[in-house]
Order: sequence, then C-alpha cells, then structure tokens
Amino acid sequence: MRSIPSSEITPEHVYLSRRRFLGAAGTLGAALALGACGATPVAPPDPRAGQPGERLNSFEQITTYNNYYEFTTDKQRVARLARDFRVSPWEVAVGGLARHPRVFALEDLLRFEQEERIYRLRCVEGWSMVIPWLGFPLRRLLAEVEPLAAARYVRFETVLRPEEMPGQRDRFYPWPYVEGLRLDEAMHELTLLATGLYGRALTPQNGAPLRLVVPWKYGFKSIKAIVRIDLVEEAPRSLWMTVAPNEYGFYANVNPDVPHPRWSQATERRIGEGGRRPTLPFNGYAEQVAALYAGLDLRANF
Amino acid sequence: MADQHQLRRAWPRLAVHLALLPLALLVLDAVTGRLSANPIQDMTLRTGKAALALLMLSLACTPLNRLLGWTWAVALRKPLGLYSFLYVCLHLLVFTVADYRLDPGLIGQAIAEKRYVLAGLASFALLLPLALTSTRGAMRRLGRWWRRLHRLVYAAAALAVLHYLWLAKVWREPALWGAVLIVLLLARLPLRRRGWARRASGAPPSGAARPARAQGHPDAGGEPSQQAQDGEHSPRPVDQRRGAQGPRQQQGDDPAHDEQTLSELRPEPPGPALP
Repeated sequence: MRSIPSSEITPEHVYLSRRRFLGAAGTLGAALALGACGATPVAPPDPRAGQPGERLNSFEQITTYNNYYEFTTDKQRVARLARDFRVSPWEVAVGGLARHPRVFALEDLLRFEQEERIYRLRCVEGWSMVIPWLGFPLRRLLAEVEPLAAARYVRFETVLRPEEMPGQRDRFYPWPYVEGLRLDEAMHELTLLATGLYGRALTPQNGAPLRLVVPWKYGFKSIKAIVRIDLVEEAPRSLWMTVAPNEYGFYANVNPDVPHPRWSQATERRIGEGGRRPTLPFNGYAEQVAALYAGLDLRANF
Repeated sequence: MADQHQLRRAWPRLAVHLALLPLALLVLDAVTGRLSANPIQDMTLRTGKAALALLMLSLACTPLNRLLGWTWAVALRKPLGLYSFLYVCLHLLVFTVADYRLDPGLIGQAIAEKRYVLAGLASFALLLPLALTSTRGAMRRLGRWWRRLHRLVYAAAALAVLHYLWLAKVWREPALWGAVLIVLLLARLPLRRRGWARRASGAPPSGAARPARAQGHPDAGGEPSQQAQDGEHSPRPVDQRRGAQGPRQQQGDDPAHDEQTLSELRPEPPGPALP
C-alpha cells in the first residue's frame, strides 16, 4: 500500500463510519483518509501508476466529466442527473456457471479487503485520467462462488432503472448495458471491482455503488452500477458490440497501433493537461497483461 | 408605412448577428470556469456544431424564400455563411493550436489516420475561397465563374456532415444533420422542374408556364405580389440584381442555368457588416 504524506490527508469520517470494518485493516487507514483536498497530489512512484510525472486527476475532474449514457451523453450533465440515483439498498447476483451462486448485498462486498489502486483510465474517445480507485480484485469475488470448469467468460450487467436513469428511456440503445471479460482477464490481479474513489464511497456519476475497472482496456469496458455477474461459456455480446459491431470489439484493449475504424488511437489528451500524450500499449500495463494475449492477433481481436 | 416596412426588413439583418451568441456563451463559460474538465473538447465541439448549424441555416435561406416567400431570407445567406466560416476557423484553430500544439508531425499523423480530419480539412478548403470571394468586388470580377465557384458550398456542407458522421461515437446526431442537408438540397430541385412559381401564378402545369418563371423567378421572391412589395422598398430589387449579374433571364428551360439560383454566400447589397 502506498503511503501518503500527512499534509495531503483529509479525514473522511463519513466514509470511515460507514465502513468501520476497514479501520481494522490498519494499513489501509492512510489510503482511506485521502480525501478530495482540491489540490492534485503528485502520485508517488507506484508500479501501477505507470509513468513518472503523472499526476492524479482531481476529485472535481473525475466527478464532473463522466461518460455514462444511462443518464445522458453530455459528460458534464451526468453528475447532476445522477445525484438522486438510489445506491442503497443494492444487491449483486453472482452466478451462472458457478458452484455456489449467490446474491451479495453491497455490505457483503464491502467486507472484502478494500485497497487503493491508482489507475490510468483511457477513454476510447481519446482522453484519459489518473484515478485513485478503492476496491478489491474481482477474482476474490469469483473465488467465493467457485467458477465451474465450463465457465470461460464473465458477463456483467448494469441496473435497468429508466425511471431514475433518463438515458435508458432512449430506445436507440439496447439497455441494459452489458460487458464481458474472458475468465483469465477477470481473474487478473489488476481487474478491480471499485466501490470508492479518492478514499470515499463511489459517487453515482462514477458508477456507484459498484463498478468494474479494467485499466488496460478502453473505459467503456469498465461497466458501472453492476447488478449481475454471470460466469458463462460463450463470449458475451456487449452493448457497444451490438450498437456498432465493426467499431467496438470484445477485447477493446488500449492499443496505439490499432486505430478505431474511424480514428487513430495513437495519442490521447490527459484531462487537465494541454496538448497530447502518446497512448501506451495496454494503457501502460503491457508488462502485467500482455502475456494474456500471447499469440492473439490484436488487430483482428480489437 | 415605409418605416414599418423598413423595420420589417431590418430585423432579420439585425437578428442574424445572434450567430455570435454561441461564441459569446463559449467565452463566458471559459472565463467563468464553467467549461468541463476537458475544455479543449468543449471548444472543439461547440465551435464545430455552431459552424454546421449556421451553414445549414445559410443553405435554408433559398428554400425558405422559394417555398414560403420569405424574401428577407435571401439577404441572410451571406452573413450566415460567413459566420459559419468564422466558427470553422475557430474550430480549426482549436484543433491545430490548443489540441495539437502546432506539432506538424502529430497533425500530419492525425490527417493521415483520422479520415474525419481529412473530411473536415477538405470542407474548410472548399469554404475558404467562398469566403474570400464573398465581396461584391470579387463577384463582379469573377462574373459567371462566381456562381460556379460558389456551388462548392454543397460539397463543403456534405463534407462537413461526413466529418461529423466519421468522428461521432454514435451516428444518430450527424445523421440528423445529413437528413437536414438532404432536405435542403431536395427543396430546390423538384421546385425547379415543376415550377412552384407557376402554380403560384395560376399557370397550367406544362411547358406553357415558362414565361411566368422568366418574369418572377422563384428564387427572386416567391409570389409576384411580394416581389412587387419588395421592389418598391428595396434599394435594389432582387431581380434587377440578378439581371446585372449576367444573361439569365430567358433560360428557364435549362436546368443547368436554374442551378445558378442555388448559389449561396452571395453578396447582398444592403447586407450587414461582416465579422
């Protein structure tokens, strides 16, 4: 766990009181206490944060610029429209090809040891952020339900609540949002189920109360407001694969050398910076994940 | 009476400067820190959408005049077209300076690898000569070539829609703009063949109606009565203006010549000050 200078620490009593069990974890204290202090602290060297000199995006940036089509396609309006979204009570059904399928209440999920992970998030549109997530590896949850041998993929589904999510009333999209991972991707150490952000509970506009974070894939793979996780045999068909099959593939790994059919992915704009940065293979996580795709034609499997 | 008329004629020419509103709002939002966390994208999107909307409005002037007899619309084509071009220039500036920091390597790569960039630049390249020749002097010097040149506006508009279609994550909104463009183009063609003006003047739907068109060309102001009004109070009636531009009065039978009425960005003598 990374340590944070005390000058940057803002106690988050609300957060801590809601998650007292985390206090017992001790070492997590510092991470949990990292509040949204307005200033953007410089990220200390962290293998998961990648390049030196990368700064965390501010809480403000992360919570006011959101791609969340369930609410609206206008990134700036998501926060306001999502303000009254009910995140409690919340249940997630985890099942499919599992020995012990079960429904988890959010409180059950918060019992998994929560840790901070600083990840780059690269949107397929060509912008990126550095975000301090809080959560736990998906593989711990999958281990609880014990995938059967036949399970080869994981399918995720977002809540369907058109009365609270105005974007879901738009019939143009085949709601609910669906995403999928190969089982080995889902079991990878970097694959996170996020419950928090900047040491606080996740905000609705960022996918509260539970979202996926797969840092080496384009942002749309990191499905929000998850209510269902199924182990399945066949590769799930995601919403974006349905909407534009020739533009959005199952893998969606960040790759500067494989352009989107209509635009280059060679560079990106880091939110908060002018100009552009080169996009890194697997969003800078090649060392950790490239082996997953050995022998796979990344151009054909975009 | 005359004052009332002048007022009625003046308001569209004043209202056209509302085209500066999107820019004013953008500047206001930038100054007061109300842009999103991705201000460059905000600026790109907002200038691009304003440019496209104004170009479509400019292209709507001729059909509005011909279908509804809104003669005043004709005078707005040029200012709307030029305002559109203003936003195109801002859009291009944001792209080259703010986004790509004038890095020739990156810009070259963007042009080579992003076909929407290519379409956008092509649209700009077509609009540039139109803006440069939007003065009355240029119009006079170019003579009949002026109209031919200004037909490029259709290609520029189509490229602008294609530019949007190719960059958008979802095709729906750009497709709507494409539909608008198609409607605006279709609104001209069938009229020409069937002779809307003919119907207005009560002539039978046959070749015999041609003389009616020669007198009151649809482009000049829809219904004859309105034309008369127009002629009375306008410093230079629309018909006279056209007459001064070249020999076209008796060419109603030839579709190619009728297309001349489609040219946009045409200078209108009492037009407003331009940006």
